[in-house]
Order: sequence, then structure tokens, then C-alpha cells
Amino acid sequence: MNELSQTLTQPVVASAAWFEFAKRHRAFLASTVVLVFPLVMPFTALAVNILIYGLYAVGFNLLFGYLGLLSFGHAALFGTGAYLCGIAIVHFAWPWYAATAMGILGGAVMAAGIGALAIRTRGIYFAMVTMALSQCVFYLFYQAINWTGGENGLRGINVRTIDIFGLQFDFINPLTRYYVIAAFVILALFALSRILASPFGAVIEAVRENEARARASGYNVTLTRLITFILSGAFCGLAGALMALHLSVVPIEILHIETSGMVVMMSLLGGMGTFFGPFVGAAVFLLLENLVSLWTVHWQLIVGAVFVICVLFFPAGIWGTILKRINP
Amino acid sequence: MPPLSFDLIALQLFTGLALGAIYVLFAIGLSLIFGMLTVVNFAHGAFYMVGAYVGLFLLSLGGNFWLCLLAVPLIVGTCGLIVERFLIRPLYGRGIDYPLLLTFGLSYVMVELIRIAFGKSGYPFDTPEILQGAVNIGVGYFPLYRLFVIGIAAAVLLGLWLFLERTSFGLIIRAGARDPQIVRVLGVNLSRIWLFVFGIGSGIAGLAGLLAAPLQGVIPEMGATILAEAFVVTVVGGMGSIGGAVIAGLLVGVVVSMTSLFAPEMAKVSIFALMAIVLLIRPQGFFGRAGLMS
Amino acid sequence: MPDIDLHVVSPAPDGEFGAKGAGEAGTAAVVANDVTTLIRRSMSLSLKSLYRQGPWSRRSDASDRSFRKYQHHPRRIYMAKQTIRSNSISRRRLLTTASAGVVLAASPFRINLLQAQEATIKVGFPVPLTGPYGAEAQDQVRAAEVAIAEFNEGGGLNGRKAELLVRDDKLNPGEAATRTLELIEKDKVNFIVGSLSAAVQLAVNNITKERQIIFNSISQSDIINEVSDFSKYTFHEALNPHLTAGAVGRYAFPKFGKKVAFLTADYAYGHEMVRGFQEAGKAFGVETLVDIRHPLGTADFSPLLPRIQALKPDILCIINFGRDQQIALKQATDFGLKKSMKIIAPILLYTARVAAGPQAFAEVIGGTSYYWGIEDKIPSAKAFNDRFRKMHAGKVPSDYGALGYGGVKTLLMGAKAAGSVEPDKVIVAVEALKFDYYKGPEYYRKCDHQAVQSVFIIESKATPQKGDADLYDVIATEEPNEKNLRTCEALGHKS
Repeated sequence: MNELSQTLTQPVVASAAWFEFAKRHRAFLASTVVLVFPLVMPFTALAVNILIYGLYAVGFNLLFGYLGLLSFGHAALFGTGAYLCGIAIVHFAWPWYAATAMGILGGAVMAAGIGALAIRTRGIYFAMVTMALSQCVFYLFYQAINWTGGENGLRGINVRTIDIFGLQFDFINPLTRYYVIAAFVILALFALSRILASPFGAVIEAVRENEARARASGYNVTLTRLITFILSGAFCGLAGALMALHLSVVPIEILHIETSGMVVMMSLLGGMGTFFGPFVGAAVFLLLENLVSLWTVHWQLIVGAVFVICVLFFPAGIWGTILKRINP
Repeated sequence: MPPLSFDLIALQLFTGLALGAIYVLFAIGLSLIFGMLTVVNFAHGAFYMVGAYVGLFLLSLGGNFWLCLLAVPLIVGTCGLIVERFLIRPLYGRGIDYPLLLTFGLSYVMVELIRIAFGKSGYPFDTPEILQGAVNIGVGYFPLYRLFVIGIAAAVLLGLWLFLERTSFGLIIRAGARDPQIVRVLGVNLSRIWLFVFGIGSGIAGLAGLLAAPLQGVIPEMGATILAEAFVVTVVGGMGSIGGAVIAGLLVGVVVSMTSLFAPEMAKVSIFALMAIVLLIRPQGFFGRAGLMS
Repeated sequence: MPDIDLHVVSPAPDGEFGAKGAGEAGTAAVVANDVTTLIRRSMSLSLKSLYRQGPWSRRSDASDRSFRKYQHHPRRIYMAKQTIRSNSISRRRLLTTASAGVVLAASPFRINLLQAQEATIKVGFPVPLTGPYGAEAQDQVRAAEVAIAEFNEGGGLNGRKAELLVRDDKLNPGEAATRTLELIEKDKVNFIVGSLSAAVQLAVNNITKERQIIFNSISQSDIINEVSDFSKYTFHEALNPHLTAGAVGRYAFPKFGKKVAFLTADYAYGHEMVRGFQEAGKAFGVETLVDIRHPLGTADFSPLLPRIQALKPDILCIINFGRDQQIALKQATDFGLKKSMKIIAPILLYTARVAAGPQAFAEVIGGTSYYWGIEDKIPSAKAFNDRFRKMHAGKVPSDYGALGYGGVKTLLMGAKAAGSVEPDKVIVAVEALKFDYYKGPEYYRKCDHQAVQSVFIIESKATPQKGDADLYDVIATEEPNEKNLRTCEALGHKS
């Protein structure tokens, strides 16, 4: 972890003015990219997936990149958000915005539950405990067939139109769907940017850098960990809720251990501990998967190899490496 | 519910031990590698799977099962040596997450390479002729091959124990796990030891895969399921503890077997619940050293 | 459309995002100004272009890789560059360029697009090419290709040829949903055929239902017939668990005994099959000794087998799929269960039997929707097999493969009968079809669009004699009969 944190917290004295500017307005710049994004993607549904998985990875990165805790059970947070949003719409006929809020809340509450149990452990054990607990969450949702549809997944999250301030939007239209979801992702990015820039954000990184020193400075390390975990859960819950709205189904696979592993790969590929890294990682991962699977069914070989190369030669990830290049 | 006779429970217990034997063989390599190298090997399941496929390949060339028992660990172990030397060694000193992530990606690559070489669907793997059938073990009939698996596991464990406790090489390995710095200061080339340990660990995983093949057949994904379960075993037993892996492996086998008897649908979740409980009460596992991971 | 291009005319910095300007001018303020102007402008552009997008606008030229160019419609960018470079050009010149550009951008593409839609009938085909059922999926693609080739050789729909668009759904409902959206939104398919698991087909069904696209599902599910998930745009060419389990039960219970133990994969498919067996068993007074549920993907069934052995059932019914089935049958054989009881399975898969070898499956009885061996008795199967062999190097189609043929064939023939690809017309035409394409007579029941068809009861051969494909004996055939399906009322449909 140490070498990584060094590379990520390089002093930025010599940086160019425009770089500083871009850094200050990173959430705003991101919004611009997000706006034109669907026009360059092979198809809109993929662009939406990249946004959602990007947000999921951002939530994960808050814990892994900024706090330094490797979780192998984030699927539980993502999936809980998706399921609660879906259940609110299917079983209670809630309006879509209330259901989305329910998804965020669900992710946060699930994170509080898992966090309360897991936060005592460290390092590899933390990864293992989160993995085990997320397996338990998987079976919980799997067994609750009346609510979740079990193996068949939850169907019927059909939102045809979305009304915002009296305006009706056709949610079936792919581009409308993209921009509605993009609006949420941008809001989340603004929120995250604020959190990281706040004093609390500094405490998070202080805990990662040197736990003992942070404690000696009077910060409550355990509480910081727990709150960060809950925040991470809220972001992942939102991502899950958006996934439910986007696909109109929640498959049980969303809680699968592979969904946890995927977000680890995405974050590392993009660059953990960087603001946009997770997004870049999600985009590269999904695009690679999409493009490679067009000409070979052995896409896992390529994705796996790219990942191994990344770990070996670009430990700062794609975005982290780019950042280092332009701002040495 | 069937009548709960003593025989049935005893038979179920035995089945659990046979199941546990495979877990033990798999987890012991995982634990060995972690204890010495502090590498959490996510590719261990892939080595297990490669073991089964190498066995399959050797049999198709006209080899017999007994030859495979020797050749498979050697071949898979050699693969392990190559992986350690060229992929994992550059990552030492970079923190515990990196080898974990690398092996995670590597397992994707290995599984896909096997799919390319052998195809996506699985193959049958026949139980060797003389080990077919069931024998009466006093409480009921039990498949002979499963007894054989228990026997092999015991033999491997005995051999490993003798090697670690009774040879000077084993002494160096144990010392290296306790305090690598001092061992280095004493003039021992630890990187060679580590290479060797990784080779042994993956070799045993290959052997476990070969032994499991006649039970389940072979398929490229066979390593993924057991990997998650083996993590439970190593974590419950204490990462890096060989004795812990043995006891936890048998325990997990018996727990799975017993929940299968009373509540089969809970069999899978039971081991994860077991792990969560153990970790909450004793975060370092049964025999793990506290603070190893911090 | 023409008005939008005028926004770009005002002078703008020529650096990408003002980056060059920043380096030279050195002051952040100037850059900030430039950047915000640029961002504001590009935002307004993108927002406006939102509602003007045609599907082509996302296809930018592969050689055009600069970030700026990606921001907008490729052709509009081209114009923007022109106008920016020559600040001095006259307004009239600009307007001419602009309108020419608009004509270029809009009309020919629109026409092409319409023609393209008229030209071919697109059939989207999401199947799990990767994952444990890859072998089945590949066979489904092969069979679907046969159906497409036959349709095209027969002159298509008044000359309109059909085209198969295969997508890998990775056996994951989320991926399948994404791919279905791609097929509908980007490729504008007319029909969707595919899926190889209950969860995947229900996910695809949910999407096609909302978007009113015809979908023919080729994997088993009971729920897809029920009113909760039913869509009038969805047909179900595959068997359903109720029908399959019922057929096997009706064959096996009178022959082998009434005490039955179930070993079931704990998911919808398994539960539906058990229900099917039990409902069929009522007529024979069948007694369920135990129903053991095992988690999906169980690698070791040995903990469950001693208990079954202790119960001494007449019949052990093993209800699971793919690899679970291979392992369960293998271990049941190893434990010697076959000596004291008859093992039956609702579905015996072609590929699973190939993968597991003859020993594990020997003498197990089960059902199937298709086995190539029926060609001795059924001429349409013979014709289909021959065609398949010819196109695919002598291979024979597997059970799920044949469904790929049936699924595509029926929709295309429906379109032919309707003389159109209009969903509502095709639905009426397919509902009216009485056909025998590959396995004997078949038709779709009107209330739930379930294919009423025959079920073949097969027994696995202990020692195959006639080559690698000789796996099963067809020991009985249950002829198509609506009575064997659940009634429309039971499914919640108004009859």
C-alpha cells in the first residue's frame, strides 16, 4: 500500500495552472464528458452500464483507494440497492425517485450492518469477512423468493415515463434513459468531490497513510472507517438502484461474488485512489469485454492478461499513470 | 425426514471427512504459500483445475492413474515455479494486495487457456478400475475411492510434516516464515526458498484436483467453487497455519455434510456463516498469529 | 436541424480544451475563461443534439480519434472546423455550407436506414456462448443458421432475406438484458429468439414486453406462461417443466413403483419440475418420501446420498441441469444407488451425456424435446438432421440446438404467412400456424403462447454401438396434447 499511496499523494507544487484548475473543477469536467459519452459508445445501453459500474467502482474506491480497505463483498451493497429499489417499485408501486432513495438507503444500511461486523478486522481478513458476509447476503436474497424472485430474479421494474418537475420524459427512449441516469451519477460525483475536499476527506486519507498517527492526533479511527464504509454503501446503493431502473430486472447474479471481484478489477485497472480512475477502469473493462467478445469467445483471456499486465507494470492504473505523466 | 439412526449419522460423518480431505489438500497449499510468502493465491483454484486436466491429458496419452499421482504434482508444481519466478517475484515488497490481484487476473487467464486447449464443456473422468465400488465400513457401504482419497491426504500430510519438521530444508522454511529478515541476515537465499514453497503448494493443489476429478469430472470452472470454500478453511484455521488448515478443512467438510443431512439448502451458506462466526469471535482464526495481517 | 450549426460560428480557441493556450499564455484566468466558454458551448450543443439524434450519429469514423471530434455529430464537427478556421467567410457562404452539410448528414442516411430496414429481417439471438452451457449455445446458433438459410433459399418474405445477429449473454440475466437492449435500440431487430436459462429468458421477456418486440424463448420455464410474466409478444417454443416432468412421470410411475425420492436443484427450474412430477403422480397414488434440495452448482452430492439410500425408494428422481446433473448421476452410480432403485430425470441432455460418459448415465430414463434418433420415425426430423449435417460437417443437432431451429423457423414462417414483420400481424399468423418443422406436429396455444408438442422419453445406453452420437434409445413418445399442460385458468389467463 505504501508505494501506491506515495505515488498518489505526490506533492503537486510544480503542476501547471490548468491542471490545478481542472482538478478543482473535476466534477464539472466529468459532467461534460458524461454528456457526450453515449455518442462515442458502440451502443447506449453499454454507455449506461459504464456509468453505473463506474459509480459502483467510485463507491468501492472510496473505501479501497482512499481508506485503504480491500473489500471483496461490495456486491452486497450494490445488490441491496438494486433489490430495494426494485422491490419498492414492484411490490409497493412507489414512484421511481422514492425507490431510488430507498436503494441509497438500503446500500447504506447494509454497509452499516456489514461494516459493524467487519470493521474490527484488517487487511486480508477484512477482505475475507466481507466476502463471507456478502455470501450470506446473497443467500438471504436468494431464499426470499416472494420478495426477490429468487433464482429467476426480480422482474417488472417497469418505469415507462419519468416526471421531473412536471416534465414527462419517455424512459424507454435510450438517450433519455442515459441522461436521466447520468444526472444522478453527476450529482453523486459532485457529492463525492465535496466529501473528499472536506476535513473528513482529509481524515480518511490520514487513516490510510498512518493509522497510529491519526489516532494519536485525536481522530476516531474506527468511526472514520465505519462512516466511510456507510458512505461507500450509499454510493453503491445508488448505483444498484440505477441498474434496476436501467435493466428493469434485478438478476440474482448482481449479488454474486463475481460482481465483487469485477469492481476490484475495475478500480485497479483505472487507478485506485484517483477520482476518475474507477470510471476509466469501468469503461475500459466493459469496452474491452464488449469489443473482444465480438471476435472471440475467449474474452476472459484478454481481460485477465490486461489486468495482470496492469498489476505488474502499471500499479497506479491507467488513469493514475496518465495523471503521473501529465503532472510529474 | 428419514429415521435418524446412529449408522446414518456415522456414515454422514465419514462422508464429511472424505469431503474434508479434499479441502485439506487444497487449503494446505494455500496456507503454506500464505504463511511463507504472505501471498493470497487466488490462482490456487486454477492450479487445482490444471491438475485435473493434466491428469486427463496423461490418461489420454495412455498413462495410468498411479503414474498420474506422481506426474501431476510435478507438472503443476513446475507451472507454479514459473508463475512465482516471473509474475509474483516482482511484486514482493509492494504490499499484500498486489499478489492477490495478480493471481486473481491470472486465474482468468489460466481458465481461459484450458478452455481454448480442451474446450468449454467438461470431460468424464473414470474412477480407476480397482478403486471402483463400495466397501462395508461397519456402519454402511462407503465408496472405496473416497477412502482412498482420505488415505492419500493423510499420506501427503505425513510427508509434508516430516519434511518440514525433520529436514534442514524444512527448518529453513519454518524459520523463514517466522522471521525472514533474520534468516536473510544468516546468509540464506530466501527467494529460492519461496520459489520452492510456491511450487510445493501448487503441486499439492494439482494433486487435489486430480483426486477430485473422478468424484466430479473435470470442467474449466471447477477451481472457482472450491477456492471460495478453501478460503473459508484457511481463514477459519488461521492463515498460514498448516495444522489449522487440517483441522478447519475436516471441520468444514463435516459441517457441510451435517447441514446436508438436516437442511440441505443451507449447506452452502453454512460454511460462510461458520467463517463469519469464527472471525468475529477470534479474528485470527483457530491457529493464526494475531497481528500477522496488520 | 439547420439552426444548430450557427452556434459554432463564433471564434473559439483552436487548442483542445484550451490546453495549448494555457501553456503559452501562462495565466489561469484566461484559460478558465476559454475553457468555460468551450464547455458551455459544447454542452448547449450536446443538449440540443440530444433530441435530434439518429442512430447513425454514434458511429463516428474510426480514424477520427481526437477528443473534440467526438463531442458532436461527426458531420457537424466537420463544418464547425471549417467555419472556425476561416473567420472571414461570408454569411451566405456559411449558410450554403451549412445546408449542404445538413442535406449530406440527414437525407441520404435516413433513406439508407429505411432501405436497410426493408432489406433484411433481423433476428436477434442472445445465447450464452461463454459459460457452462457454451456447447449448447453454439449448437443453437448452428441450428438457427439452418432455419435462416432455409428461409432465404425459399425466397424470404417477398424477397426480403433474414439475418441472424448472435450475441453472447454469458448466461447472466443482466448481460442478456443489456444485449437485448442493444439488439432492439441499436440493431433494430424485428424478432428476438434465444436464452438458455429461466432467469435469462424472463429478463429478456421483461424487456421485449415493454418494447413490444416479438420474442421466442427456447429454454424451459413455467413462469413465462403465467399471467404475471406473460406477454402477448412472447412465444415459448421450448417445453416447460410441467409438461416435461409430467410426461416422464406418466411413463415411469406405473412401471417402476410409487415410492419416490427427489434430489432437486434448489431453484425455480427444480421446484417447477418437482411440482410437475407430483401433479402427474397424483393419478398413480405416488408417495413422496423426501425432497432434498441442493444448492445450484453443488460439486459433491455424497453427503446427500446415504440418506436417500436409507429411505429405500423405488424411484430416485434427480432434477438438475448440466454439470450438476453429470456429477449427481456419476456419484449416485458410484454409491451403487442404481442397484436398488430406478433413477429418472426430467431432462436428459445430449451434451451432458457426452461430457459425463456412458457409465454415469447408463439406464437412466428421462425426457427430451428432441433427439436426433427420432428421424427413423419422423420425416421432418430426418429432413432437419440431413440439412444440419450438410451445413455443419456431419454433426447432428442436440436437443437445445434443435430448439434454436424451431424458435427461428416459426417466427420467420409466421412473418411469411402474415406477409409482413408488423408485430401484431405476425402474432396473429404464428397463433394460427399448425406446423411440423422438425419433431412432428406442433402449434402454439393461444392463451399463453406455449408450444403444444410431443415429449420423447429416452433411456441412456450403457454401451453405445453406432458411433459417438448414439447416446439414447427413444422408448416412448407422448403425443402433443393440451391436457398435459396446465389449464389457461390455472395460469391466470381469462379463457
